[in-house]
Amino acid sequence: MKQEPLLQVKGLCVDFSTRKGNVRVLNHLDLHLLPGEALGIVGESGCGKSMTALSIMRLVPVPPGNISNGQILLKDTDLLQLKEDQMQDIRGNEISMIFQEPMTSLNPVFTVGSQVAENIRRHQSATAAQAKEKTIQMLEAVGIPAPELRINQYPHEMSGGMRQRVMIAMALSCQPSVLIADEPTTALDVTIQAQIFDLLKQIQQEMKTSVILITHDMSVIAEFADRVIVMYAGRKVEEGLVRDIIDNPRHPYTQGLISCVPILHKDTGTERKELNEIPGIVPDLRKLGTGCSFAPRCDYVKDHCHEKMPPEVTLGEHHTAFCWHVEEVV
Amino acid sequence: MTNRPISDEVVQADRPFVEICRMFFGNKAAIFGLLLWLLVILTAFLGPAIYPSDPFEMVGAPMTPPGEEFLLGTDYLGRDVLTGIIHGASVTLAIGFSATFCTVIIGVIIGVLSGYYGGWVDNLLMRFTEFFQVLPALLFAMVLISLFTASIYLIVLAIAVVSWTGIARLTRAEFLKIKEREYVMAERAMGARNMSIMWKVILPNALPPLIVAVALSVGVAILFEAALSFLGLGDPNAYSWGYMIGSSREYIWDSWWTITFPGFAIFLTVLGISLIGDGLNDALNPKLREL
Repeated sequence: MKQEPLLQVKGLCVDFSTRKGNVRVLNHLDLHLLPGEALGIVGESGCGKSMTALSIMRLVPVPPGNISNGQILLKDTDLLQLKEDQMQDIRGNEISMIFQEPMTSLNPVFTVGSQVAENIRRHQSATAAQAKEKTIQMLEAVGIPAPELRINQYPHEMSGGMRQRVMIAMALSCQPSVLIADEPTTALDVTIQAQIFDLLKQIQQEMKTSVILITHDMSVIAEFADRVIVMYAGRKVEEGLVRDIIDNPRHPYTQGLISCVPILHKDTGTERKELNEIPGIVPDLRKLGTGCSFAPRCDYVKDHCHEKMPPEVTLGEHHTAFCWHVEEVV
Repeated sequence: MTNRPISDEVVQADRPFVEICRMFFGNKAAIFGLLLWLLVILTAFLGPAIYPSDPFEMVGAPMTPPGEEFLLGTDYLGRDVLTGIIHGASVTLAIGFSATFCTVIIGVIIGVLSGYYGGWVDNLLMRFTEFFQVLPALLFAMVLISLFTASIYLIVLAIAVVSWTGIARLTRAEFLKIKEREYVMAERAMGARNMSIMWKVILPNALPPLIVAVALSVGVAILFEAALSFLGLGDPNAYSWGYMIGSSREYIWDSWWTITFPGFAIFLTVLGISLIGDGLNDALNPKLREL
């Protein structure tokens, strides 16, 4: 049985006008998110993954940004057609987002409790006492000890991991159907990172929230996501279930990303493999040619790669890649 | 895996307000300023009760020097200078505070809208602000007052009209800076409305420099009133310190006390508010403090 997607992005194009001309930061992006699913979006800096998140939230700064084409369907509503005040009812309520920097994502002049409560009262009819009670529950649910004391603390009295937990509590306080996590652990150290992912996983399963996780880290994807979208230069280059992507990547870029993850060896006696890198840098989006945007950095490149955009190749039920040479890339 | 609590101990740091108070009261100059203001406020509220004479009443011989009979002497009409100073305190304070209040209302609203919305709103409002900034403040206030009959309300309004630009500029600058912060974006991602972002998110974060500016503008408003009264544009029915100086200015060589004592009162009041402002500045912006 095929599940109806909760969120669908169709043909999304986002342009930014700069002094040197128009830049297309998202180029005909399609994606869908099933109920209860964890979707990973992975790519290098500047590939458009955060822009995808901001577009879904309709938080792309306009101007200079402009969503020039496409649809973003939440169930049956096209978010791009909504008025700003209708969108405000969706943000934080239907779709929530947590950001990269927990250190600066909380308002420094209010206690964390009042900030979470404020969000509850914004979207739900609750008295101050009910909102406070809900806040304590939420903080408890995200693993903050002594929540009834913590609600009176200011953000500067908490560690980064704690603040990210507060952000998660706030984002989930209205039971959103979609949670977008934009590199939620990049600013945290590794042990805290694992705790936060455990928490997100637990919440995703308990509250049946669909999660879009944005990251540059393939190992995080392998750990957390059900399905993966690999992005490069504003386009989707490969999509599939996480095991398809990790075990059988068919786009040269995905392969590159996976080989960039260091493997720790238990005993030092074994041969240590040199860590791979993808040569070159993300291309200047203003200077993209007509062909595959990854061609200048690709090991499998042929002449026609520079000239024509590669087609979508279906490799399995859920697995597609955009490459001329999927057969050779194994 | 369950999420184990990280630590059960909740170390309660001082509330920001307590912290600010501690910084403020650790500053001797600020305490001195506060004491001066306490004196002025007490005089304004209790003075008329303790010393219940009418400042306009002629009680003695004109230009009696300070001494046994009249502690601070009498002016050219035989009005008691001490009574004037005591009754003038409330008028001076009332003008200082209400003018500042109007200044803040105009300045903050224009600054907030301009800084938050940017674009053409900002352009329009800032050109409007500049129009007021390029006019010489005192002259403009004088023109406003001479167009109508001088009354205490008109003076308050005139002071506000010529002095809101600084607050507007400061508010705008703070808004431009703070609206780019991550927590503003996070708040927007939680579905906050523009009004709530402006007044509940950004403004509280912009308050420290604003509080300082507001404190200092009370002093400026008092000086303005004194200047206007000195030039004869004060409300003749309000016995303010400025009016005392203004009405006696022709007799400065014959009776120094009629001008010196009200002048000293103004000096101490403005000094007090400046010291309080500096103290607040140090307490609210510890990073800016000079070592």
